[in-house]
Amino acid sequence: MTTATTEDFRFLQGFLHDRSAIVLGEDKQYLVESRLLPVLQRHGAESIADLVRALRRGDAAVETSVVDAMTTNETSWFRDAAPFEALRTYVIPELVASNVTRRRLAVWSAACSTGQELYSVAMLLDSEFSDVASWHLDLHGTDLSTAVVERARAGVFSPLEINRGLPAAHLVRYFNREGARFVISDSLRSRARFQTFNLARPWPQVQDYDIILLRNVLIYFDVDTKRHVLESARAHLRPGGFLLLGTAETPRGLVTGLRPVSVGATTVFRREES
Amino acid sequence: MRAMVVDDSRAMRSLLRQILLHLGIDVVEAADGRAAVEMVEAGPVPDLALVDWHMPVMDGLELVVELRSHREWRHMMIMMVTTESEHENMVRALLAGANEYLIKPFTADAVVEKLGLLGLHCAAAPSGDSYGGGILP
Ligand SMILES: C[S@@+](CC[C@H](N)C(=O)[O-])C[C@H]1O[C@@H](n2cnc3c(N)ncnc32)[C@H](O)[C@@H]1O
Repeated sequence: MTTATTEDFRFLQGFLHDRSAIVLGEDKQYLVESRLLPVLQRHGAESIADLVRALRRGDAAVETSVVDAMTTNETSWFRDAAPFEALRTYVIPELVASNVTRRRLAVWSAACSTGQELYSVAMLLDSEFSDVASWHLDLHGTDLSTAVVERARAGVFSPLEINRGLPAAHLVRYFNREGARFVISDSLRSRARFQTFNLARPWPQVQDYDIILLRNVLIYFDVDTKRHVLESARAHLRPGGFLLLGTAETPRGLVTGLRPVSVGATTVFRREES
Repeated sequence: MRAMVVDDSRAMRSLLRQILLHLGIDVVEAADGRAAVEMVEAGPVPDLALVDWHMPVMDGLELVVELRSHREWRHMMIMMVTTESEHENMVRALLAGANEYLIKPFTADAVVEKLGLLGLHCAAAPSGDSYGGGILP
């Protein structure tokens, strides 16, 4: 029995919101059923009701699998092109100029999925900003889903993933083929670090970033969570640092202290000097 | 915009044709490298060539070399579309003058993104569902 009763669906909605802040619309019942099917098989559960019972018991392995299965991890290299053009033509040159004495650059991909976003920045820095190579570079990627964080860390991609927006020149320069898969070069992988992190929870005061990529994740949240995440992101930017959002996302009306700067076909948001 | 699809598989040619037509791109087809050269000589010169590697008569790499030996065709963008993905061979194709490389199998989204990388902007994006879409062989 792989259909969810209304009661089970309600429970799953609540569970997912509690763990991830993701809002699962009423029309998403089909999505729950299709995505939980592999989870049923993995945990030897007979039905969605079985799975819900395991969640109610607080079975940690099942909880992790359900969160992993219910996140949408769609991503690609240099996704949407324009934000990466903005990094290349404006954002990174600005930061290279302002950080020239500190010789540090910290970039955070805050919903990094399988790592394409952060590795795209790494390739951009390596290929176009050779002076930065000798700086202290912190390339940090985090995501709620443990499964995608492990994949990002491994840096192994299928041909289908490799095809999505990766320029051929980068493919031959930064990847090695191993069997049917492509592995990102050690020089890039060793510069990036990946961890799990839930954006909806309070953010520890660790360090500040020059660039935060917070792309295609706010769309899953309700207004209060959006506000919390944007406010926290602003607070974790160095003055003069940049926030990049997804194409359909805006901080307008949710947070102050971020100035929109339009660069080519996109808009980036710069933290005002305080 | 006009594209030439060069592949010995009729099924592959028709898949690519469908994707390109959907993007508002006109398509002509050739089943091997020699036929493709004749087609370009007869004109009009396409803006884009999608080239398979392993084909009878004249293979894709030979075709790229031939196309790039004509200065008057140099504006033509060439994208390899092939299962061939040995590192060394990809490098050879790029050095011979291919501009992009798409590995089979691919999705329609990947074609659109690659055309974007080539600076070819398309009329409309194909309708794709982010949960799995169609994977083309
Ligand atoms: C659609 S992907 C976006 C990936 C990448 N930023 C991009 O634009 O291509 C959304 C990612 O957000 C993650 N995510 C969802 N809720 C989250 C949360 N509360 N905290 C951290 N990451 C979350 C998902 O696991 C998923 O990998």
